[in-house]
Amino acid sequence: MADVKPRLGLWQRLRRDRFLLLLGLPGVALVVLFHYGPLLGNVIAFKDYQPYLSIWEAPWVGFANFEVIVNGDPQFLNALKNTLIISFLQIIVVFPIPIGIALLLNSLLSERLKRVVQSVLYLPHFMSWVIVVALFQHMLGNAGIYNNWARVQDLPLLHIIGDPDLFFTLITAQVIWKDAGWGTIIFLAAISRVDTELFEAVAVDGGGRMRQLWHVTLPAIRSVIILLLILKLGDVLTVGFEQIILQQGPVGLDNSEVLDTYVYNHGVVGGNWGVSAAVGLVKGLVGAVLVLGANKVAHLFGERGLYARW
Amino acid sequence: MVTKPGLAIRGVKGIVLVLCCAVVVLPFIAVISTSLADQEQITRAGGYVLWPANPSFDAYAAIFRGGVVTRVTLVSIGITLVGSGLSVAVVSMLAYSLSRQGSFGHRPILFLVLFTMLFNAGIIPNYLLIKQLGLIDSYWALILPGLTSAFQIIIVRAFFMEVPREIVDAARIDGANELQILTRIMLPLSKAVIAVVALFNAVAYWSAFFNAVLYLNSTEKWPLQLVLRTYVVDNAQIGTDLPGEVVPPQQSLQMAILVVSLIPICLVYPFLQKHFAKGVVIGAVKG
Repeated sequence: MADVKPRLGLWQRLRRDRFLLLLGLPGVALVVLFHYGPLLGNVIAFKDYQPYLSIWEAPWVGFANFEVIVNGDPQFLNALKNTLIISFLQIIVVFPIPIGIALLLNSLLSERLKRVVQSVLYLPHFMSWVIVVALFQHMLGNAGIYNNWARVQDLPLLHIIGDPDLFFTLITAQVIWKDAGWGTIIFLAAISRVDTELFEAVAVDGGGRMRQLWHVTLPAIRSVIILLLILKLGDVLTVGFEQIILQQGPVGLDNSEVLDTYVYNHGVVGGNWGVSAAVGLVKGLVGAVLVLGANKVAHLFGERGLYARW
Repeated sequence: MVTKPGLAIRGVKGIVLVLCCAVVVLPFIAVISTSLADQEQITRAGGYVLWPANPSFDAYAAIFRGGVVTRVTLVSIGITLVGSGLSVAVVSMLAYSLSRQGSFGHRPILFLVLFTMLFNAGIIPNYLLIKQLGLIDSYWALILPGLTSAFQIIIVRAFFMEVPREIVDAARIDGANELQILTRIMLPLSKAVIAVVALFNAVAYWSAFFNAVLYLNSTEKWPLQLVLRTYVVDNAQIGTDLPGEVVPPQQSLQMAILVVSLIPICLVYPFLQKHFAKGVVIGAVKG
């Protein structure tokens, strides 16, 4: 029915859809204000902004604020280095774990057991970073539950919390604890959509469980893996801000400063608003370019990627 | 053979799964047990216990008598309810208005929403916006920015678009307006995804801590997560103002605050779980 209607003019359509548009208005206004609005604030990257001046009064300084990115500033380079190390650890160490757990869960024959394990492993994802950091401190801290127990048993004590050399390890372990279980959900969904006839076909051809895994299950989740890797690459300059800022105190900035905390510590706390805004702006641009670039590579390999080819 | 795997393999699998679950569950057991333990047992155990010998709620009574925890808990509950309620309203209204292909401005508005997925302005520009809007030290600074998410709008829209066109047309012939179609047809038919959006946003509002650090100047406006950080992460001494009162052990008080922050999550978790398969997964795979 809808297809044979004559095409309406712009004004007629506006009149017809006015209530529909009215319903969308609050959402559109909020998207524009809180997603596009902040972009305007990036002008201070080109200004010498101080909070007592308004944004408009602050004098223009050209690209002076961006110098820190290219002139080998040790604090900036340190933050960049730490960010890349943590991101690298998250791709190499953290990323495969949910895939492994998903394959393990999928191989369970009891549907009930699977469900129980899933509900346990998903739970930490819903804990705030404050809770996760608190739990780690009270479990593994110098006066935490493990050390209390180890002292009584005369076992070696752990000094993990607050040790700068172990900070990357700690951060990575926390991410695994919080999100590895939850990360399985998308792989399990992809596996569950596999046609069971494919498994049977492998079995008929005399293939065992390993062959099913290799020839059916893994190819089934390949595009999901690629999609998530693309998203991860786009986020390579962003590592858990709340997680890290909560734990910077005892560790010191040498090992714990990442780009986002640098922007906060340098700008909001330290008063170098312009420089921080410049770093944040470049970081955002690089992130967008990385997503688009990674997606392009996925297309070249014949994958669908984040969005279809334009 | 494709039948049951060997005993050794099953044994290894079992051990791995039990270990994974234990790593998740044990900390929570220790936290809850310590919050319920009495002074004597805590002193004997050296700080924490895995099972309370004489469970008591003294620590909970103490933190709520102090007033601070009561206040910040109410603040967090308020932010969570208002935030998740408003977000469901705004997201579903926008998703509905984008769910009819060929409507006025459909494609440009959709693009406007989708494009936000590509960038994130960052801390400083967001802070400047909140400042320009005069929202510093206001709870709206914690609520408004999180109301809309392109991802959620797209997921809800996809569900609305699967509602058969005939039902909507029939309702319109019966004289229903757009708002009535949304509330009486679309929302009831998309309960699962609406529940997931509401609960996810509720968890996000409950858990957020840094926006409060950034936007709230006065400590008396703090939400629960900030108090949790002060007393449980940074280990600030918890005292009571009342002279001569017997204060429960420090660890019990800390763990009791931690448990308070866990309760809402544990309350919504079963509901969330029921919808995991339906809502999130379909949305995530589609999106």
